[in-house]
Amino acid sequence: MWIYEKRLEYPVNITRPDLRMAKLLMAQYGGPDSELGAALRYLTQRYSMPDDRVKATLTDIGTEELAHYEMIGAMIRQCMQGATCAELDQAGLSGYYTMHDHGVFPVDPNGVPFTTAYIQCTGDPIADITEDMGAEQKARATYEHLMNMTGNEQILEPLYFLREREVVHFQRFGECLEIIQGIQNGRSSCSCRNARRRRP
Amino acid sequence: MDQEQMALLKKIGEARFTCVELNLYLDTHPEDAAARADFNSYSDKLQALLETYTNAYGPLMNFGQCALDTGSYVRSPWPWELM
Repeated sequence: MWIYEKRLEYPVNITRPDLRMAKLLMAQYGGPDSELGAALRYLTQRYSMPDDRVKATLTDIGTEELAHYEMIGAMIRQCMQGATCAELDQAGLSGYYTMHDHGVFPVDPNGVPFTTAYIQCTGDPIADITEDMGAEQKARATYEHLMNMTGNEQILEPLYFLREREVVHFQRFGECLEIIQGIQNGRSSCSCRNARRRRP
Repeated sequence: MDQEQMALLKKIGEARFTCVELNLYLDTHPEDAAARADFNSYSDKLQALLETYTNAYGPLMNFGQCALDTGSYVRSPWPWELM
């Protein structure tokens, strides 16, 4: 079950259209390392994790990623607000407009639609958590590239926040990896309510 | 949305963020008593702020999460709309 809170995790107020950045921000809305990919990846991988702490981390970070998906959606929407067809055409968004008008659809800046081929769930806890650590670093790098492409303070401010969250999530997944390795090496015990009832 | 409402919303955002951050830390450190005490203190603060906000401006959350539903949940601004 999820409950919606009718506010953004961090404020977004882009008062002037910025079509160039609308297009580039789509990297984090529907690209391979997007917030949508992150949310689906973590919420999908939870089921096969061997430890309650890791299940909690994937659930809660996956939930926060949905809030980031909403923030990026708000940023794209505000960057496109009031743009004319001629302006969209000039910004290289005529193809996007033809299919989506001013709607906010998960594609990357080149118009490639989101696909679950961007994520994995191997069922192997080490493989999955290692993928998640890589995903956080790729998203951090993408945020830095986005920040290098604009001087618009109204866009930079939420990007600073989002970049920082990638760093924190990477830290938490690193701890998850240690937890799983500790269990597999017999150094620590599994924190799992159902440990005794689990089938081999 | 007036200044007072925006200021309260900002406070809620700060308290919620602190709870999110401590929550993630506690996911991998459930035995950390100091972090848990911090979390409980910010959680109490957040609940008090949410109650004040709900009483004054209507619910921020649906599905029965906020005690008072004045019907204003639907009509209050959506968070991606410029204020």
